[in-house]
Amino acid sequence: MNIHVTGIGVSAPGLADWPATRAVLRGEVVYVHSDWRAGSRSPLIGPERRRATAVTSLALEAAMEAAGPDRAQWDIPSVFASSGGEVDVCDRIFAQLAQPERAVSPTQFHNSVHNAASGYWSIAAGSHRPATSIACFDDSFAAGLVEAAALLAVEPGELLLVAYDQPPPFPIAPFRPLSGPFAVGLRLTSNAATAPALASLQIGYVEARSALPASMSMVPLEAMRAGNPAARSLPLLAAIACEQPALIHLNCAGPGLLRVAVSAKPWNAANSDA
Amino acid sequence: MTPLSLSACTLVSAIGSNADETLAALRLRHGGLRPCDFPDIELDTWIGRVTGVEREPVPEDLSAYACRNNRLAAMALRAGGFAERIAEAAARYGRHRIAVIVGTSTSGILESEQAYRRRDQATGALPADFHYQTVHNTFSVADFTRRFLSLTGPATAISTACSSSAKAFASASRMIDAGFCDAAVVGGVDTLCGTTLYGFQALQLLSARPCRPADSGRDGISIGEAAGFALLETASDSDTAIRLIGYGESADAHHMSSPHPEGTGARLAMQQALSRGRLPAAAVDHVLMHGTGTQANDAAEDRAIAALFGQRPSCSSIKGWTGHTLGAAGIVNAIIAALSLEAGFLPGTLETRQVDPRLQCRILLHNREVTTGHMLCNSFGFGGNNAALLFRR
Repeated sequence: MNIHVTGIGVSAPGLADWPATRAVLRGEVVYVHSDWRAGSRSPLIGPERRRATAVTSLALEAAMEAAGPDRAQWDIPSVFASSGGEVDVCDRIFAQLAQPERAVSPTQFHNSVHNAASGYWSIAAGSHRPATSIACFDDSFAAGLVEAAALLAVEPGELLLVAYDQPPPFPIAPFRPLSGPFAVGLRLTSNAATAPALASLQIGYVEARSALPASMSMVPLEAMRAGNPAARSLPLLAAIACEQPALIHLNCAGPGLLRVAVSAKPWNAANSDA
Repeated sequence: MTPLSLSACTLVSAIGSNADETLAALRLRHGGLRPCDFPDIELDTWIGRVTGVEREPVPEDLSAYACRNNRLAAMALRAGGFAERIAEAAARYGRHRIAVIVGTSTSGILESEQAYRRRDQATGALPADFHYQTVHNTFSVADFTRRFLSLTGPATAISTACSSSAKAFASASRMIDAGFCDAAVVGGVDTLCGTTLYGFQALQLLSARPCRPADSGRDGISIGEAAGFALLETASDSDTAIRLIGYGESADAHHMSSPHPEGTGARLAMQQALSRGRLPAAAVDHVLMHGTGTQANDAAEDRAIAALFGQRPSCSSIKGWTGHTLGAAGIVNAIIAALSLEAGFLPGTLETRQVDPRLQCRILLHNREVTTGHMLCNSFGFGGNNAALLFRR
C-alpha cells in the first residue's frame, strides 16, 4: 500500500525542527545535544495552553510543524501513537493516591488519559475529524504507520500521524529508562497529486524475521533511536533527508516486521515553514 | 466498508461472567451495581465490580502480566469457549493473519497505585516486583491477549478513554479492508482502580446511588469494570451472525472532559456510521446510548440523537446494569447489542425511574421483544473522542 509524506515535524533535544533534523541526518551539521523543553511553539491558546502537559506540548510541536503553517489545513484525521502517553501526570496521581487525602485534581485526571495530546490537538485544530490514540510499547511508531496506512486505504485523503514519548519521572524511570523526549509528525496523503510529496512509502508486513530492524550509523542518533519509541522513526527520516531510496524494517509487536520501502523526492524548500 | 460478522464473542462484567449469564441478567433485569466495597477505596458510590477477578489465574508463561486488568481479560478469553473459537479461526486463516486490537484506558495501573504505596521509605524507589511493560503500560492487555491466544498478526492497544474499545472495531474493519489481516480479535478491558474512582470524584461526576441514565434526577456515573472480546470476520451470505455494517468516529474539538453541549461530535459519528452502512436514519430501530447518567453527557447525547433520528428509534443505556466500564464501554455496548439482537429483544434502562422531560429522544425503560433490527451503539470519551457502531441482525 502506497502513502505519501507531504510534511514532517520533529521535536527533540538537539533536533529542534525538521530543517535542523534534516541537516543533521544528511551529515551537513554535527548533532549537538541541547537541554531543551517543549512548549515554545504550542498551537494551543488560553486555558488549554496552560493546562497541557509537557509531553502533550512535545507532541503538538511536531504535529503543528508537520501539519503546516496554514491552520485552515489542519482539519484532517489524526493518529497519535505513544508508548507511555501522559506518564508524568500518572506519576503525580499515583503519588497523591498514596497519601491519605487522595487529592486528585480534575485537570490532572482529564490530562492523564492516553489521548490527551490527541484531544488537545483536535481542539487546537478545531477539527471534528476522526482522531485516534494508540499504544504498542516500543513499536508504537510502526503501529501508528499501519493505522495511518489502513485509514488512508479505506478513506483516501490526508491525515496527520504523530508519534511521541518522553522519559518517565522517578520512580518509574528505572523500570522504563528512555534516553530523552522525542516527537515526530508526518502529514500523509493517499494521493501524491494533492501536494508536493517529500517521499512515497510502500508499507506491508513481512511475517518472518527475514531482516534486521533499521538502525542509525551515527552514535548519538542510534542512542536516540534505541532510547525512545517515537525515535524509531529516525531511519525513515534519514532516508527522506538523504533523498535516497531505502528499505526499512521496523519491529511491530510480535514476530512480524513492518517493511517500509521509501522513495524520497528531492527536497523542495517551499515545504519547510522555517 | 465490508460487513463483518461477530462470529464469536465473550463478555465479563458485573452482570455475568459469560455471554449466557449476561443475557439472563438482561432478560431478568438483574443489575450488577453494589455499594463500593473495593479494597482501599473510601468513596460514597456504587460500583460494577466483577466477583472473583483477584483469583483468576494468568497462564504460567505469562506470569509477568499478572494484574487485575489482565486477569479480567483472561476470565473473558476463557469464558464460553472463546479461546477455542479463536484457535479454530487461526487454523483457517493462519495465526499471523489475525490482528488483535484491544481498547483500554486503565491498563494495569491499579498495581502501579499499589506499588506507589510500597515505595522504599529512604529512597522513594518502587518495589522490585513493579512490572512496567507487562502491567502498567497501555499496550500490556493487547500484548497479553495476543500471547494468550497465540496470535502473531498485528497487535495494538487503542486508548481514547471511554471510546477506546468501540474504536477497536473501526480499526479492525480498516485493517481487514486494507489487507493487513483477514480477521481480527477486537476487545476492551478496563478495571476498577483509584485513579478513575478518585478522578471522577474530583470531577464531581460520581453518583452516590446506582446511576440513573436519562432520569430527571440523574446525578452522575457508577464506575464498573468489564472485559469483552469479539472475533470479526468478513461476513458471508450463509452465516447468520450479527454484523457490523458501519462505524463512525469524530472529535468534539471543544473541551477535554465536557461534551459539546449540542452533541456535535456525537452526531457526526452517528451520521458517519449510517453512511458507511448505507442505511437511512429511519431504518435504525434502537440506539444503545453511551448514557452515562451525568446531566451534561445525557443531555448532549439526547440532542445529537434527536437531531438525527427524531423520536423514531427507541433509546436505552445499560450503564444502570454494568456501570460505566470506561475503556470497555464500547465493547460492552457492542456485545450486548449482538446478544440481545440475536435473542430478539431490546434491553431497556435499569435504575431509571422518571425520564427527564427535557430529553427529546424516546427512552426505553422496559425490555421490548423484536424480531429483526438495526442497532446503533454510542461511546464517547474524554478528549471529545466519539465513536458509533452500527449492527444488523
